[in-house]
Amino acid sequence: MAKPSDYIINAAPSDPLEIPALKPGAMAGCKPFVAKPEVQAALGLPGTLVENWQAKAIEKMGDLLNSSRSLQVAMDSCMKCGACTDKCHFFLGTGDPKNMPVARQDLMRSVYRRYFTVTGKYFPWLVGARDLTEDVLDEWYTYFHQCSQCRRCSVYCPIGIDTSEVSMAARDIMASVGRGQKYSNEIIGKGLKTGNNLGLPLAAIRSTLDSLEEDLRADTGVDIAMPLDAKGSDIMLVVPSADLFAEPHIQGLIGYAKVFHQSGLSWTLSSYASEAANFALFTGSHDHMREMARRIREAALDLGVKRIVFGECGHAWRVAYNFLDTLAGPFDFLDQDHPIPQHICEFTHALIERGQLRFDKSQNDAYRLTYHDSCNVARGSRMGDKPGGQFEIPRALLRASCNHFFDMAPETIGEHTLCCGGGGGLLGDDLMELRAKGAQPRMRALKNVAVEHGVTHMAAICAICKSQFGSVLPAYGFKRDAILSVHQLVGNAIVLDGSIQARALQKAAR
Amino acid sequence: MTTMRPPDAAQCYDLNGAAIEHDEEGYLVDVAAWTPELALQIATTECLVMDDERWDVVRALRSYYEIYQVAPPIRVLVKVLAKTLGPAKGNSDYLYRLFPEGPAKQACKIAGLPKPTGCV
Repeated sequence: MAKPSDYIINAAPSDPLEIPALKPGAMAGCKPFVAKPEVQAALGLPGTLVENWQAKAIEKMGDLLNSSRSLQVAMDSCMKCGACTDKCHFFLGTGDPKNMPVARQDLMRSVYRRYFTVTGKYFPWLVGARDLTEDVLDEWYTYFHQCSQCRRCSVYCPIGIDTSEVSMAARDIMASVGRGQKYSNEIIGKGLKTGNNLGLPLAAIRSTLDSLEEDLRADTGVDIAMPLDAKGSDIMLVVPSADLFAEPHIQGLIGYAKVFHQSGLSWTLSSYASEAANFALFTGSHDHMREMARRIREAALDLGVKRIVFGECGHAWRVAYNFLDTLAGPFDFLDQDHPIPQHICEFTHALIERGQLRFDKSQNDAYRLTYHDSCNVARGSRMGDKPGGQFEIPRALLRASCNHFFDMAPETIGEHTLCCGGGGGLLGDDLMELRAKGAQPRMRALKNVAVEHGVTHMAAICAICKSQFGSVLPAYGFKRDAILSVHQLVGNAIVLDGSIQARALQKAAR
Repeated sequence: MTTMRPPDAAQCYDLNGAAIEHDEEGYLVDVAAWTPELALQIATTECLVMDDERWDVVRALRSYYEIYQVAPPIRVLVKVLAKTLGPAKGNSDYLYRLFPEGPAKQACKIAGLPKPTGCV
């Protein structure tokens, strides 16, 4: 298996959005492992390519066109204006013209025209229509798994065509005829079976939380609870399971616990709904998405909580913010005076606004920070009660807890943000070449603020972004641990009542 | 710098004539098939030599797995190593020095544990 550093050509400061020379076919050989029959079977999907796969695929496409207005619009409305061509980080990083969003959409559009339009049926050569052959299916499998569904292209499309919806539909069609992706489908299977994507059993979660409680007591001198399945709590926190496992994710979890402790509200994690990250968004499967969402509602009912708060996870928030009620509602049993669901950043921000949190920013003076807007939060959802809250609130948390904060270039953040290169179900090591190259625009933008402002670290609120950057940062000359959780920084600086830190500050003030 | 050789096409380790199945990335399909001898072979595939330090980590992973049926978080592994072997060996930089491809993945592979899945 290759390493990220095998692929990097130039890590020097340069224009993150520089348009590369075209390299046709450069990424034609880069595709993810196909899901094994038993992985497919666990999701109710055919194990191998079904006999009449072509007819089945076209039938499925017809169903999706009927049920999804946006897919129909995407298929019919592109006028080939070219606005999207240089907007995909995978195109910028690879130069492969099939990674231009319009070309990616055309992979499906050409098949759509052949089977669903009159001109395509009778005069396919006039409209670029083509049969769905095994070669075309192979091309779909390759290039629809080189889209991280980040929606950056849709921001620039004058009619708002969203390539992510096309790639979700394509993956859904492929999986339904027996060509599923190993990485995502294995994870969905594990989530449906165990409640989380890592397959962490209850005892393992409890043991990790016990270990964190012990660390927190040693660090702060305060007993900070990490409750699991605590009935009657005010809040159920749903985190990506990476927050219970990986670095720097787990540091974020420590930050959440400190914030909850200081808020005075009781909270709990759930072992039944121990996953926020809903991977069915990536595969386009509504059934699997609903099932993962249903666990959250059931857990909230069972635990008798009043509120649901989500941890730092990009696509979890996209699904929760947009679809939680549609998928698993109604949530009329929760306290209606608070957002349903609420993002942990909103929760912390509200406490800061009310003056309930005290910070010692000097605790983060070892860091000169920038912030990476994660695509599913930036372009797939909102936060707070003002437009743009999803950009402002995380930054407000960083400014409240750190002395040295610098944004990257405006055309690379906010709604223009660049994907980390590992989103949309592409975080497997089988796609390391794609991940390393796709990170290039973001890495260049980071390199530029490192040179201009001495930035040393980058914070994010997405589990995938954190893991992806941990893998690719060294290839671009940064340290592996230059990526941090936002609530890690909050947690470092927060001064808890009665803590060792509070006493030290008091002593220093005297 | 170490480079990793891709697992062979047959997707099996050959252990004294017995074929032990692994997945596309070299992880054992059957956790129970692991033996210390097999660990040596997987480590060779990873271009790593199994010295005492690496065995300490592999043993810690396996004993955690025996209790919890899953690999430990790095933070917990680091803490266990710090307690048993001292602070010099209880930190993640040390683990990355031993397993350059990452302790959670490369060390798990050699210890015969399933690959951690999800956003990790």
